[in-house]
Amino acid sequence: MLEVKDLHVSYGGIRALRGVNLEVPDGKIVTLIGANGAGKSTMLRTISGLVKAESGSVLYNGKELIGMPINKILEEGIAMVPEGRRVFTNLTVLENLKIGAYLRNDKAGIQKDIEWVYELFPRLQERSWQMAGTLSGGEQQMLAVGRALMSRPKLMMMDEPSLGLAPLVVKGIFDIIREINRQGVTVLLIEQNANMALKTADLAYVLETGEITLQGSGAELLTNEAIKKAYLGE
Amino acid sequence: MAKTILPYIISGISVGGQYALIAIGYTMVYGILRLINFAHGDVFMVAGLMMVYMAASMPLYIAIPLMIVLTVLLGFLIERVAYRPLRTAPRMSVMISAIGVSYLIQNLALYITGGLNKNYPTIPWISDRVTVFGMETSRVTIITPFLTIILVVLLVQLINHTKIGMAMRAVSLNFETSQLMGIRINNVISATFIIGTFLAAVGSMLFFTNYPGVVPTSGAMPGLKAFVAAVFGGIGSIPGAVIGAFIIGIAESLIKGLDTILIVQGTISEQIGFATFSDAFTFILLIIVLVFKPTGLFGEKTTDKV
Repeated sequence: MLEVKDLHVSYGGIRALRGVNLEVPDGKIVTLIGANGAGKSTMLRTISGLVKAESGSVLYNGKELIGMPINKILEEGIAMVPEGRRVFTNLTVLENLKIGAYLRNDKAGIQKDIEWVYELFPRLQERSWQMAGTLSGGEQQMLAVGRALMSRPKLMMMDEPSLGLAPLVVKGIFDIIREINRQGVTVLLIEQNANMALKTADLAYVLETGEITLQGSGAELLTNEAIKKAYLGE
Repeated sequence: MAKTILPYIISGISVGGQYALIAIGYTMVYGILRLINFAHGDVFMVAGLMMVYMAASMPLYIAIPLMIVLTVLLGFLIERVAYRPLRTAPRMSVMISAIGVSYLIQNLALYITGGLNKNYPTIPWISDRVTVFGMETSRVTIITPFLTIILVVLLVQLINHTKIGMAMRAVSLNFETSQLMGIRINNVISATFIIGTFLAAVGSMLFFTNYPGVVPTSGAMPGLKAFVAAVFGGIGSIPGAVIGAFIIGIAESLIKGLDTILIVQGTISEQIGFATFSDAFTFILLIIVLVFKPTGLFGEKTTDKV
């Protein structure tokens, strides 16, 4: 279980997170929704070690992650699918998957997981030797997810996986998120596409200007009047 | 006619190979850090000086490997001390730091040598005179291009087919995402400097063998030429730097021999002094490339699909 306690993060004078508390129980899909600039990305970047926290704590199964180097956090089993996919466009699809397993040394296991990812995303197998830069946006998102899975994470964090993708492709991505979760990976999902996210999530948090203003099950928030107005456009 | 030109081409290929070994260091560092490592030419000079001092006090079979190891160590330390602390600073700051390191090394060398020309030791076998195609030259001229190509092929294999090579390519595209993969970018950057200075150390041996000696500014000109070669080939690209270096080496050598060639051909009857312009040619080429094709022959395109 991931527990964030009273987390404060500042960016060049701007207080991006002001005492956030949240929990991500094992085996669940948890989503964090909120408008642009609410601090959602900062949240994930702090957990993954890219951004330094000012105060507060991030515990993963009781271990403090704050102050841990990025590669150690990855070794703890937390992988991230960054915003905007960020696949390595100058590497082939296969190499992108291999680099996702950079910290692993079990060749046989890596090979097995490549096949597992190809099973989840048959399109990637067809394009295995292509440069990742030649893939479409949806395929790049699949690759970014596959790459994160290659580290065999227990918790996968995703930053706006639906950004800039066609509705049909978005649906495919969310199907995959559910499938990955069914196979035992906990998911922490950040979304602006609140509708999709709340329908998929077991647990949801609403982040507004650096503070959690609402929380509940995905179904509860879907019917919440304030949420409907602010995020679902109804 | 062909007999007149051939020696110039052969020596041009050889000089080109030496430039290539330096140019790779520029282009690799640029590829990863977007930094033009101005100190690289001076590290090349230090490799020459170290060889001078060490060959005087120990046998060559110890001096050569030791010189290479110490040069690599110097390249590694420069990155650690002068560039790494500036990792998050604006790029201009790092570049100024590089210029500072360059002057520091040159002045230290001036202090140690007293500015005197230091005779480069004769390395047996490679300094031997040989005759090829009816022309007499030192063996190093013949060996250089082959050695260069072998080293380049090994390097390209390393970059395309090993884990560290894959990490280098990833880091060159995006620091942050590479870190999310668990790559420690500082280690990858160190590896890049180690490879670059290793090649420069080998290059210095081939280069100075053909020259009378080493002075503190000996690294400046070959360093600049190699830099132009890297820009010409498309900075960031290894094959580009190598091809650029060979083109510059050959062109320079042909210009040096242009008087003789034209006299033999009967176009002119006395020396005009084209040779004076051989250095100028390189820099004119730089200006032309920057004006008409700033990304060079194999430069990275900026139209990456995101």
